[in-house]
Amino acid sequence: MSQFGDIGVTEAQLDLLTAAERFCREQSPMSSVRALIETDLGYDADVWAEIGALGWLAIAVPEDFGGVGLSMTEVVPVMEQMGRYMLHSPFFATTLAAQAIVMGGTQAQKETHLAAIAGGAAATVALSEAGGNWDLTAISSTALMTDSGYRLSGEKTFVQDLEAARTIIISAKVDGAVQLFCLDADTIPAKAIRRERIIDDIKRSYALTLDGLVVPDTALMDGGKVTQTLEHIHLVANLLGAAEMTGAAQATIDYTVDYLKTRKQFGKLIGSFQALKHPTVDAYIDYEKSRSLLYAAAFSFGDQWPQNDKRSEIATRMAKAQSDKALSYAADRSIQFHGGFGFTYDCDAQLYRRRAIFNASQYGDAHYHKKKLAQLIL
Amino acid sequence: MSTAELDDFAKEADAWFAANTPKTPDFMLPLTFMEVGTDQQFDFLRDWQRKVYEAGYLGAAWPKDYGGGGLTQAHQDIATKAMRKYNGPIMLNAIGLNWTGPLLLDIGSEAHKKKYIKGILSAEDIWCQGFSEPDNGSDLGNAQLRAVRDGDDYILNGSKIWTTHGHYGKYMILLARTDMDAPNKYAGLSFILTPMTVPGIETRKIKKLTGEHGFTQTFFNDARVPADGLMGREGEGWKIAMQTLEYERGARIGQAGGYVLTEIDPLEILNLARNSQRDGEDVLDDPVIANHLVDFMIENQASAMGRKRSRIRGLTQDNPLGLMLMDKLVMTEYTRRINQFALGLQGGNAGYYVDDPNAVDNGYWHRGYLNAFSATIGGGTSQIQRNIIGEHALGLPKTR
Repeated sequence: MSQFGDIGVTEAQLDLLTAAERFCREQSPMSSVRALIETDLGYDADVWAEIGALGWLAIAVPEDFGGVGLSMTEVVPVMEQMGRYMLHSPFFATTLAAQAIVMGGTQAQKETHLAAIAGGAAATVALSEAGGNWDLTAISSTALMTDSGYRLSGEKTFVQDLEAARTIIISAKVDGAVQLFCLDADTIPAKAIRRERIIDDIKRSYALTLDGLVVPDTALMDGGKVTQTLEHIHLVANLLGAAEMTGAAQATIDYTVDYLKTRKQFGKLIGSFQALKHPTVDAYIDYEKSRSLLYAAAFSFGDQWPQNDKRSEIATRMAKAQSDKALSYAADRSIQFHGGFGFTYDCDAQLYRRRAIFNASQYGDAHYHKKKLAQLIL
Repeated sequence: MSTAELDDFAKEADAWFAANTPKTPDFMLPLTFMEVGTDQQFDFLRDWQRKVYEAGYLGAAWPKDYGGGGLTQAHQDIATKAMRKYNGPIMLNAIGLNWTGPLLLDIGSEAHKKKYIKGILSAEDIWCQGFSEPDNGSDLGNAQLRAVRDGDDYILNGSKIWTTHGHYGKYMILLARTDMDAPNKYAGLSFILTPMTVPGIETRKIKKLTGEHGFTQTFFNDARVPADGLMGREGEGWKIAMQTLEYERGARIGQAGGYVLTEIDPLEILNLARNSQRDGEDVLDDPVIANHLVDFMIENQASAMGRKRSRIRGLTQDNPLGLMLMDKLVMTEYTRRINQFALGLQGGNAGYYVDDPNAVDNGYWHRGYLNAFSATIGGGTSQIQRNIIGEHALGLPKTR
């Protein structure tokens, strides 16, 4: 089955898993998660600064540009533990932007922007547009070359953590061909930004109006690498999305099991009833499968396989599809099993269920990935 | 153990299985050890097991003194992998190889090991298991078969059922009640190695839902068996039976190797799908079917990766037991569903059964589906497995 990717582990990966588990557990108790929902920024600036200081943004950045020179294999456990403890920060958005620059940035962009990111600066990507299309090349924004640079027009959606970003990657068509631009986010006027109301209350996402924005020629990324860069971002986003959901599935099951072990009805602990026990076990099995596929994808995504090998793509799509299934089911049943309390905002089960819906909506849900897999493996 | 030595062993094993794995005979071979129903199948499988053992690829990691190969588990794993690669017949004497043997090597007496181990490996002595009883099924603790001590013997009365290999078995591992007044139902049980050839033991074949024979009911009428077959002490039967089930569920190692269940390679189902038509159309053109096929591929990959991950301690630290406890449930249910799905791929031809000239693959998938229930019921039903996982891996309160 190695044509579908294979599992393995690196020492750095295990070290990061241990460190991230502890950090996220200590820094992100549910009381903090709940408190941050009420804030504009949506994350704790001190915690974010510490994440930068720990070097987690530098993990998969090449050493030449101030990074650690590892791969997504080692980033996955960090994202997984953030998902488990619902620790929100611009980590996901920043990692995507960094990977875009690693794959498709010019030398100058790598030197400037990658170094800043590795040092702890936030970044993000503006690739999606209204219509909710997961094909990153299906866009209608345009960039017109003028004497003073590229004049952009169109609107971007689901730009995660834009308020925090110092670097932003924007896609737009130049003469009908998709191009990528890498620019300083502080050149974007405040009025071009609108915070979106998204189903995941913990995350932050923004719409970005490009109309009237002029960017210098130096913002244009490597035109010969756009396709592979977009493919890379697509897979990285799904790998990280799967990691976040796998961690959340674990937390959901722990949360549900705790309740089933303490709540009594009809004179018995409700966890002794098979009608609740068996679906909980099924959810747990789905989670373990999700985790196995996640780590296989993480390992297959590293430097273990030759370029343009389909294994990392297959492994990643399997992991995302399974994590969507696992978290959706676990959280759905968690709401149900908490009874009346499950129907309240105070019950954490809804946070997990909302997370599953949002993560599935970004870069492809289970059905989408299975459709892609059918083309790859049947 | 040097890597070069293992590499050499792997090359030899690969070459041996390449040269010696028998061609498919002109009768249907069992997919699992639980399906052996005819003498033809039995003889074929017994010959094959003996041959593999004599070549040194079974019991490679068991002690030499008792008939094993005296090598390491790594050697056995290599041999088993080679065996699988050539898709040979299953190992017949599963109960001996997988659970009786490891148990004897763990807690048996020197005399037990000398007497039984070699016969298990060579398939000379077939073993069966007397755990289930007619009225109790998965509720093993409720066993009622009585064993009364009389001098150097026990006298057995009662009945066991679903006895795989019951009519071929020379010995049985048996759970019997030796104390009717014990403080609870578990405390009164004992575990006895029982010869099947003594007077008073009678087996009766049971016809399975497939139409074949594969197990028996076993009757004990004042059957007198030697008391030196007692494992552990009187009253420790439950503990030892549970240890045995841990071997069965793969939660302990020490098995002789080989494989006793044919796993369905998902590529087999893919091949069937690629070559099947429903209602005059290629089935792969149906997106609903494609969706199910992808689900099976994902499930299979998840299980394969899960088995590998279970050996990476750092990636299972949150619940080290979980992956091991779930494997039986996951794989048996998967096997049942994939066989069931295969029937649906055949469209109108799914109405045929084994031996009809129009049956697809001569009814292989029909038989596979009906037989798959033996694994989702035997050794604890899937529902019991969920209780076990819920209680032991997740710490949920016991179901009474």
